Amino acid sequence: MTDAIVARGLVKKYKDVTALDGVDLVVPTGSVLGLLGPNGAGKTTTVRILTTLLRPDAGSAEVAGVDVLARPSAVRRKIGLSGQYAAVDEYLTGYENLEMVGRLYHLGRKRAQARARELLASFRLEDAADRPARTYSGGMRRRLDLAGALVADPPVLFLDEPTTGLDPRGRTDMWDVIQTLAKGGTTVMLTTQYLEEADLLADEIVVIDHGRVIAQGTSDELKRQVGGERLELVVQDATRLARAREVLEPLGVGTPTVDEGRRAFVMPVSGGPEVLSEALRRLEAEQIGLDDVGLRRPTLDDVFLALTGRATQEDENDQLETSGARR
Amino acid sequence: MSALTVLSDANVVAKRNIIKIKRVPDLLVFTTLSPIMFVLLFAYVFGGAISVPGGDADPELYREYLMAGIFAQTVIFGATITGAGLAEDVKKGIIDRFRSLPMAPSAVLTGRTLSDVVNNVLVLIVMSLTGLLVGWRIHTSFWEAAGGYLLLILFAYSISWVFAWIGMLVPSPEVVNNASFIVIFPLTFIANTFVPLESLPGPLRTIAEWNPVSTVTQAARELFGNIPPGTPKPTGWPLQHPELYTSIWVLVFLVVFVPVANAQYRHSTSR
Repeated sequence: MTDAIVARGLVKKYKDVTALDGVDLVVPTGSVLGLLGPNGAGKTTTVRILTTLLRPDAGSAEVAGVDVLARPSAVRRKIGLSGQYAAVDEYLTGYENLEMVGRLYHLGRKRAQARARELLASFRLEDAADRPARTYSGGMRRRLDLAGALVADPPVLFLDEPTTGLDPRGRTDMWDVIQTLAKGGTTVMLTTQYLEEADLLADEIVVIDHGRVIAQGTSDELKRQVGGERLELVVQDATRLARAREVLEPLGVGTPTVDEGRRAFVMPVSGGPEVLSEALRRLEAEQIGLDDVGLRRPTLDDVFLALTGRATQEDENDQLETSGARR
Repeated sequence: MSALTVLSDANVVAKRNIIKIKRVPDLLVFTTLSPIMFVLLFAYVFGGAISVPGGDADPELYREYLMAGIFAQTVIFGATITGAGLAEDVKKGIIDRFRSLPMAPSAVLTGRTLSDVVNNVLVLIVMSLTGLLVGWRIHTSFWEAAGGYLLLILFAYSISWVFAWIGMLVPSPEVVNNASFIVIFPLTFIANTFVPLESLPGPLRTIAEWNPVSTVTQAARELFGNIPPGTPKPTGWPLQHPELYTSIWVLVFLVVFVPVANAQYRHSTSR
């Protein structure tokens, strides 16, 4: 099996910001790569370079076996791109949007028209086909945008944050579509800030931060990299958290995190059930009451926290504040 | 990429923009509303105070004289739509979509400028009807009049390419709008669009004489037969050869800005 996307040492600098600082990527044909990272990590820049929209300052790339820098127009024939915000023309109807894209892929008028109808049907947009796209909901626009990327049945598909800003229903819809495409043999590179999304859709995950790849592997491999299970508990009385930490810390294999607001305590452990029962005994002896307790496998959130020292985007604002204070 | 591909892709892009003119008719209404106000303002408010050469402040003669100037100003403002439209497409990601397609790269700007010609033709029709209502008439042959319209359209088309470049350079429709107003407003006023140049002070008059807006106006005025009888021969070579001088500007704008705008499209819409 050959590789559909290969990037070596991609560097992109803007005036005083280094957006990409030597990114290497390999995506085997027919697989799904999740490019994961917080805002500003370099995800979109990577996609823009691989889709010929942007020239890197250094490095090289091949998509579907074609050199991106040397033969951009040949690459464009083999890719589909669906951007961060839906690039649909809001004054055109759904049908007109897709027909236009088909014509610009040089499918010919008839073929472009037939393909537009086909895609509208498979994306459940038939009823809205002849309405201007500005009357569409956010989810419908995204689907139309993705349909636009699929007009020429491209073997390689780039999806830049395909579900950002969608409601839960729209998000699951989009996931279904992507999974169907992947099953059909399309190579997909998708960027996301949602660990859950990468976990669900991607065969392999590349984590980037500050323009560098900081980890890669399957979801399981990444989780293993961060260590075993997590002991997670919620105490009844937040004032007892400090004491709980004192008695439990010797049982762990890593630094615990304490969230006073949620009255929660999380700690990497390696012993499994024995550790859990020992923890319960100790807490009982201290008469620390619990609302919840359990062992869980690490999530990608834990992976991200462990790799970058920062939580994912949910906590980004807090993070910015604390890192600002540190400086 | 063959020339045929460029044309067929440009046609697809132009068709898209024309659909927008149809779906958002407000756009056309607002492009024509302000020139219509100008016609009424100059025809009935200032007109009485402006003497056309040889016609001692004759309001009827002035209204005939005025229209060519209004036409020129209107199609030039019409050409700025190119810049604002492209800037909006950049902002909304449409340009990214185009750039990721295997289409002819030059088709995006070619299609855009072509659809803006269609827009300008519609605007000229509305303005001509307005002119007829206030007493403006064409006094020449069909071919001369057609030549006048053609020159106006060609001039606006070449300016469209200047704005295509600006639209790619300054990717915010608001900036394009404001910037174009600042440049175009003086350009269309330091000219013979609304007043005969004889009334302008020395250096300003020279600028106005060499201003292509003056010559395109002069050419249209001549070709429509709207030069008041008894007008002395204009001074300065450009105004004496308005068709030729205007055509030279059209060529210069096209030769410089078609490649510059296309290069800008290829390289710097990516941020």
